[in-house]
Amino acid sequence: MEELWQKNKALLIGAAIVLIAALSSVFVVPETQQAVILRNGKPVTVVNKFHPNEDFGQTGAGIWYRVPLIDRVVWVSKQVLAVDMQRQEVLSRDQRRLEVDAYARFRVIDPVRMVQTAGSMDRLEEQLRPILNSVLRQRLGTRSFQALLTAERGAAMDEIRAGLDKEAREYGAQVIDVRIKRADLPAGRPLETAYTRMQTARKQESDTIRAQGQKQAQIIRAEAEAEAANVYADAFNKDPAFYDFYRAMQSYDTVFSGQSDKDSSIILSPDNEFLRQFRGGGR
Amino acid sequence: MTKKGGSITDSILAMAGKSPWGSGGGGEDADRGSGSDDAPVPEGGSKPRNPWLPGDSDDGGPRKAANIEDLFKHRQARRGGGGGGGFPRIPQAPGGKSWAPLAIIGIIALWVLMTSVHQIGPKEEGVVTTLGQYSSTMTPGLKFSAPWPIQEVEIEDVTSIRTDTIPEGEAEKLMLTGDQNLVDLSYIVRWNIKDLKLYTFQLASPDETVEEVAEAAMRASIAEVTLDDALSGSGRAQIEQNVRSRMQALLDAYRAGVAVQGVEIKKADPPTAVVDAFREVLAAQQDAQSDINRARAWAEQVTARAEGEAEAFNQVYAEYRLAPEVTRRRMYYETMERVLSQTDKTVVEADGVVPYLPLPEVRRRTTKSSSQGDE
Repeated sequence: MEELWQKNKALLIGAAIVLIAALSSVFVVPETQQAVILRNGKPVTVVNKFHPNEDFGQTGAGIWYRVPLIDRVVWVSKQVLAVDMQRQEVLSRDQRRLEVDAYARFRVIDPVRMVQTAGSMDRLEEQLRPILNSVLRQRLGTRSFQALLTAERGAAMDEIRAGLDKEAREYGAQVIDVRIKRADLPAGRPLETAYTRMQTARKQESDTIRAQGQKQAQIIRAEAEAEAANVYADAFNKDPAFYDFYRAMQSYDTVFSGQSDKDSSIILSPDNEFLRQFRGGGR
Repeated sequence: MTKKGGSITDSILAMAGKSPWGSGGGGEDADRGSGSDDAPVPEGGSKPRNPWLPGDSDDGGPRKAANIEDLFKHRQARRGGGGGGGFPRIPQAPGGKSWAPLAIIGIIALWVLMTSVHQIGPKEEGVVTTLGQYSSTMTPGLKFSAPWPIQEVEIEDVTSIRTDTIPEGEAEKLMLTGDQNLVDLSYIVRWNIKDLKLYTFQLASPDETVEEVAEAAMRASIAEVTLDDALSGSGRAQIEQNVRSRMQALLDAYRAGVAVQGVEIKKADPPTAVVDAFREVLAAQQDAQSDINRARAWAEQVTARAEGEAEAFNQVYAEYRLAPEVTRRRMYYETMERVLSQTDKTVVEADGVVPYLPLPEVRRRTTKSSSQGDE
């Protein structure tokens, strides 16, 4: 063993150096990364550059080489990345405040340009965030509050995307999509006035419902009375004179013969119809 | 990956029970060597050694190195093998050959076995990359690949439905509706992986993307409907459908490889600050209904009484028609009987006589009758 080492010392060391050199000149580019090879700071090659509609497996990913010590590899993501905008207040055209959370999805399509302008992925994100903020503020500021909330949001988003995309291209990035994640009323006055409006709207609704209920009830009562009158009239119209008599009898019964009416006194004249036979007249 | 390599080496060492390194193989390797060397010693026929005994468990590097050195010396002495226990010496197999080739072959065999045989479960798929480049997707079953680092396999559960509840917990989450009202909403998104290749490579953070897309789609859909639609059951189904198709369209545009299976609104309530006003509406509806109910009851009574009275009149009238004069008289006397039998009567006999009303008498009777009534 020792002899072997002594004999082939130079050979072994040489082999080790060759191996290390080989390993450091070969690198693997995964599907998710693009590699920019810088020679003395100048980009010379891009490995696994993004091409639209390229299927995985057909890309430039795989093993690649470089000149050790001279070439430097800068990794640039090939994936769809997100840049999140911090929640901020946006003023709509009609001077109403809205708290907006947005995100943009982007991907680097020109890694060389990206390396030259931004340098690294983190820096790129840092550059894009304020651009997104300002573009969002600008474009949303030209729209009314209602438009921000409803369907027009789609059109606004397209505009914002186009605006951001234009700026992002300077960094070799393509903006795929911008979305408003949340659009909320800011806490405090705006939120409270919204609550008040909701409460009063509900108050109005409940009052209306109550009034409608009362109206319905009145109509039902009136209809019943009308029907009753109709029924009475139908029956009593057959002989109004008899009705007069019949009803009078009922009235006397009700008025004078109640249990509590024992104290009432009736003064009868002898001429009274009731006392006709009493007088013995018998006409 | 280096970590993986390390653990594999560890296990190989443990299994092989022999250290392929000499004692001079570096501090870290020496540590490992001593750890795994403790096991094979009894098998070698020497005294059992307790690795926790003081002296062995010392952390000092040199001491450990010395132990290993001793050990090798021991073995070599027992075998009566050649070699004076030089520092960079590899232990020798019986017959004087080196252990090294065997050990290396063992390591390689294990390496190949561990990194090229893959058990893909029934719900899983595996993405195979060859030197970083995608080459194929493995379907369930026992699958083989080239060993690491030539080929790498990443196994992921694709068919299981993943659920995201947004927001997590019971916190209030307010969204603006189209009529500028607020609704407290929470919902569940169910999704799974449609295309593992895209899911793995396309997006930097696919899981978060799904959540963000869900949030954006939900808010956009809520902003299109009125508060009443958002609160009502039928409106909800429409919103869920909208959100789902919106999400799917967005994720497809990102080529996320994700299939949205469904979106369910778990809760859609008015904000707690105004919930009383909403309850008041319910109460008003109840009140209105009870008003109407009472009116209906009264109406029933009125019409029923009218019908009853009319019917009674009709009956009497039918009788009266048969004998008008007699019936009329009879009714008159009967009524008068009932009336006069229950009241005080004063008959004033003749004209010209001033009627005398015995008022005290009347009063007395009154009190009497009222006291009777009290009893």
